[in-house]
Amino acid sequence: MQTFELKQPRSVAEAVRLAAADGEARLLAGGQTLLPALRLGLAVPGAFIDLSGLEELRGIRADGKQLVVGAMCRHAEVASSAEVRKRLPALARLAGAIGDRQVRNLGTLGGSIANSDPAADYPAAVLGLGATVQTNSRTIAADSFFTGLFATALRSGELITAVSFPWADQAGYCKFPQPASHFALVGVFVARFGKQVRVAVTGAGAHAMRMPALEQALAQRFVPEACDGVQVGSEGLNADLHGSAAYRAQLIPRLARVAVQQALG
Amino acid sequence: MSAAQSHYTGKRLERREDYRFLTGAGQYTDDITLPRQSYAYFLRSPHAHARIRAVSTEAARAAPGVLGVFTGKDVAAVGGLPCGWLIKSIDGTPMKEPKHPIIAESRVRHVGDQVALVVADSLAEARAAAALIEVDYEVLPAVTDTATAAAARTAIHDEAPDNVCFTWAIGDKAAVDAAFARAAHVTRLAFINNRLIPNAIEPRAANAAYSRGDDSYTLYTTSQNPHVERLLMTAFVLGLPEHKVRVIAPDVGGGFGSKIYLYAEETALVWAVKRIGRPIKWTAERSESFLTDAHGRDHVTTAELALDAQGRFLALRADTTANMGAYLSTFASCIPTILHATLLAGQYATPAIYCRVQAVFTNTAPVDAYRGAGRPEATFLVERLVETAAHELKIDPAELRRRNFIREFPYASPVGLTYDTGDYQPLLDRAVALADAAGFKARRAASAARGMRRGLGYSCYIEACGIAPSNVAGALGARAGLFEAGEVRVHPTGKVTVFTGSHSHGQGHETTFAQIVADKLGIPIEDVDIQHGDTGKILFGMGTYGSRSLAVGGTAILKALDKVIAKGRKIAAHLLEASDEDVEFRDGKFSVVGTDRAKAFAEVALSAYVPHNYPLGKLEPGLNENAFYDPSNFTFPAGAYLCEVEIDPGTGAVRIERFTAVDDFGNVINPMIVEGQVHGGLAQGLGQALLEGCVYNSDGQLLTGSYSDYAMPRASDFPQFAVELAKGTPCTHNPLGVKGCGEAGAIGAPPALINAVVDALWEEGVRDVRMPATPFAVWSALQAARR
Repeated sequence: MQTFELKQPRSVAEAVRLAAADGEARLLAGGQTLLPALRLGLAVPGAFIDLSGLEELRGIRADGKQLVVGAMCRHAEVASSAEVRKRLPALARLAGAIGDRQVRNLGTLGGSIANSDPAADYPAAVLGLGATVQTNSRTIAADSFFTGLFATALRSGELITAVSFPWADQAGYCKFPQPASHFALVGVFVARFGKQVRVAVTGAGAHAMRMPALEQALAQRFVPEACDGVQVGSEGLNADLHGSAAYRAQLIPRLARVAVQQALG
Repeated sequence: MSAAQSHYTGKRLERREDYRFLTGAGQYTDDITLPRQSYAYFLRSPHAHARIRAVSTEAARAAPGVLGVFTGKDVAAVGGLPCGWLIKSIDGTPMKEPKHPIIAESRVRHVGDQVALVVADSLAEARAAAALIEVDYEVLPAVTDTATAAAARTAIHDEAPDNVCFTWAIGDKAAVDAAFARAAHVTRLAFINNRLIPNAIEPRAANAAYSRGDDSYTLYTTSQNPHVERLLMTAFVLGLPEHKVRVIAPDVGGGFGSKIYLYAEETALVWAVKRIGRPIKWTAERSESFLTDAHGRDHVTTAELALDAQGRFLALRADTTANMGAYLSTFASCIPTILHATLLAGQYATPAIYCRVQAVFTNTAPVDAYRGAGRPEATFLVERLVETAAHELKIDPAELRRRNFIREFPYASPVGLTYDTGDYQPLLDRAVALADAAGFKARRAASAARGMRRGLGYSCYIEACGIAPSNVAGALGARAGLFEAGEVRVHPTGKVTVFTGSHSHGQGHETTFAQIVADKLGIPIEDVDIQHGDTGKILFGMGTYGSRSLAVGGTAILKALDKVIAKGRKIAAHLLEASDEDVEFRDGKFSVVGTDRAKAFAEVALSAYVPHNYPLGKLEPGLNENAFYDPSNFTFPAGAYLCEVEIDPGTGAVRIERFTAVDDFGNVINPMIVEGQVHGGLAQGLGQALLEGCVYNSDGQLLTGSYSDYAMPRASDFPQFAVELAKGTPCTHNPLGVKGCGEAGAIGAPPALINAVVDALWEEGVRDVRMPATPFAVWSALQAARR
C-alpha cells in the first residue's frame, strides 16, 4: 500500500482550509468506498483529511419542518434513531439495509451522497424526499446535486455538513438487490407531500434520478395500482451481467408499487 | 475378534477440532512465520493471450528489499506441471499435453498467468518491485467460448492446432442409435453447466524453506493431499529427491477440490528457495484466487433420452464439450470423462448409453475437479432429461422415476460401473412424503392467488465415491494409485496416535476417525489422536477428494487396527499363559475365552514396550502397525431431493420455499457431521443453480473477478433444509459399510432447483432456464417464452 498523510482537523473551518491547501487530498468520511479503492490501488491520494473528529458534522435534529442529519452520521445511527424511525421510517429502514453491519457502523450519509455511486441507497432518499444538502459554503437542492456517475455539484474542497429532509406525509423505499453485491440493482424511493409525489430511482442510471411518469400517476392516486400501467423507457439505463436496461426499466414501476404499499403502511 | 459394542459409532459427537477453529487456535499456512522469512509476489498477465516479446527486470532487481526476480527464462529447464490422468481420443491418440510452465516463457494464456516471481524482504517491497517490471506483450486474439473453441482461428498451444485436447467416447453407439430409432418418445435438451469459482474461505498459500545443513526442503502449503503434491513436484517438475522434501498441509480452510492440484506458485517457491537462501512465503489475495484457482464445471451439452410407450427408458445419448482452460490441471482430463460419462445411468436401468466428450483449451483459468467433479454435470444431464420427459409425457415425475429405477444389485451399467448396492424407491418415497408433495397443488394455487408461480422439482442422484480400484483406474489412464494408507501407533500407556493419509480441511476426520478407533480398541476417545497432512509424519497418503476419506482412508485405519489387535492377542496370550486362539478381544480387554482372566489393552501395550515378560523369541516388541487399503470398487451413495420454489414473474426472483434431501450413505459414523456435509453440499449446489456463475468476456477478461459480481450463497438465500439420512444400504465391499457424503448435496441439488423453476413456469411455455437462475435469467426466460 502507498504511504499517505493523515490530517485530522478539529473544526470544519480547519478541514476546509486543509482541503483548499491541497487539491489532491481526499476527504475521508466513513471510508467504506475510499479505503477499499486505496487497497486495490485505484485511489492513490497523498493525503487524507479525516472528518471523523468533527462533532459539528454529527447529530440528528428534528423540528416541525424537517429532519437534519449531520454529514458524518453513520448509517446505523440513522437506522436506530427513535426520531427517524417514528417520523420518517422509510429513511430508517433504508439506512438499516445499506451494506452490512460493518459498513453501517462506519459509512456516513455525507460520504455516501458525495460519492454518488450509481447503486447507493441514500441518493434515492435524498432525491426522493427533495432534501437540501448543506455544505460549508451554500445549500444545494437535491434536484441539482447528483450530476453524473460518481459526480455531484460539489466543488473541489467543498464539504457537506448536513442534509435536511422535509417531513413527508408518507414515504417508502424498495430495493431489489444485485445478487452478488446486494447493492441496489434498482431501488425506488417514493414520498408524498400533500398532493405532490416524488419518486427517485437508484441503480438504474448513471446516478439517482426522478421518475416523472410515476410521480404524475401517483399524484393522481397514491395507491400501489397506480404504478401498474406506467411504462419506463430503457434508454440510457445501466446494463450489466445482472440485468439489461430493459430488465431494470420494468423493475422500476414494480418496485415503486411495493414502495407505495410500504408508504401506506 | 473385536469390540462388539459401539460407544461412539453412530453418535452425534461434537467435532473435537472445532475448539481450536472457533477459538482462533488453528494453524493455517498463513499463520506460520519462519525465521528470516521473505515474501513472494507474482506478476500476472493482464492479457488472456499474448506473446511475450521481452521482460525487463533490471529496475525491479535494483529496487529496495528485493532478493530475486525470476522469469520464464530462468525456469525454462524446469518441467511443466503434470496431468495425472491420460485420456485417449476415439482414434486412439493420446490427449494433447502442452507444457504448463511454472512461470510463462514465451506466451501467456490466461489473465493471471504468472509472468515473474519477485522475492523481497517484505510483501510491500515485492509488490512495488513487480510494478517496475516491464513486459512487452504482443496481444493475440483470445479464445474463451467453450462451444466454439474448436472452431476458433487462434491456436492456444502449438500442440493442439484446433484447441482440442481430446475427443473421447463411451458406450455402444450402434445400440443407442437403434434404440432411438424405435423410441415412442424422445426428449431433447441443450444446456450449459455453468463455470464456477471455488472460493474456499482460506486462499491458497505456501511457505517454503531450505536447510543447507542437510540439503532438505520444507513446504507448508494449502493442500488436500501433501504426498501427491510432493511426488508430482519432485519427480515430474523440479527433479528434487523426494526424501529431501517435506510437505506439510496444516489446518486448511476448505478445499472443495481446488487444493488437490499442484500449482505453479508453490512449485516456483520451492524452486527459488535454495537460490534465495531464506524461507519464502506467499499468500494469494482474493483476486488472485478468482484468477488462478482451478475453476469447476463449464460443460456445453446436448442430451437426448429415448422412451418407449410405457415411459421406460430405452437409451440415452449425450455430447459434451468440456472446457479445460488454458492448461491441463492435475486431474482435469478425468473429470468430464471417467467421473462424468460413467455416471450417466444415474439410478435408472437405461439399457444403452452413449456419450462423446470433447475437451478444449481456452484462454481461461484451468478447470478441474470442484465438489462433485463430473458427477454434478452427469446428474444435471440425467435429471433434467428425466424431468422434462415427465412433463412432456404428462407423467408424474416421481412415477416416471419409479418405473425406471434399477431394482437388482449388483448392477452393471452400460457405461462401465458396477453398483454394488442400493434401494432407490424408498428414498424417493420418503422424500416425497417429507416434502408434502401431496399438498403441493394447494400451495401452488395459493401462490397463484398472490400472482406468484410455484414449482416442485425432483432430483434422484447417484454418486461414485472413492474412485477405485487402482488397477482398473490405471487401465483407464490414471497415473497414480487410488489406495489410502493408515498407521496406528499404540504408545506404552495404551494411548493411540493414528496417522492417516487422508486430509481434513473441514470434514471432521479428527472426530469421525477417532470414533472408529476408540470403538475398535474399546478405549476412551480422549485416548485417540488423529494426525494428518505431513509427509514427514505420515507414511504415505493419496489425500482427500471424491468423498473417499472414510471409505478408503477409514478402512486403511481399520486394517491397521486389525493388525494391532492380532499382535495384542499374541502378547496377551503370553501374559495370560493361554494359546493365541483362546484369547479374544472385546470392550478393550483381551481375555481367555470362558474365563475371567483378562488383560486390559493398556497393559498389553505396556508389555509391548517394556518387554520383561514377553515372547521375544517369536514376537518383536512394540505395538505399531500400518496398512494400505486399495478398494475393490467405488461406493455408490444415492439420494432423492425435492426442491420447491416460488417465483415472482415480474422480477424473476426465485425463492426456495422448501428443500428436502433423503440420502443413503450406507452406515453413518457421526450423523451430525454427515448432515453438516449435506447442508454444505446443498448450499454449494444451490449456489451453482441460483447464484454462482463465472463469466469471461470475449477478450478473456474475468467479469466476475470479485464478490461484487460473483454471487456467493448467503444464509438468507436458503430455507432450513430438511435433511434425513436413510437407514440405507451399507456398502458391500468395505468393512465399515460406508459410502461417502461430502459431495452429495452439490451433485443432487442443481437439477432439483432448475426442475422446480421450470415446473413453475412450464404452463407459460418455459422449457429451460440457464444456471445460475438469477432473477434476470428467469425473467429473460419468461420474456422469451412469451414472444
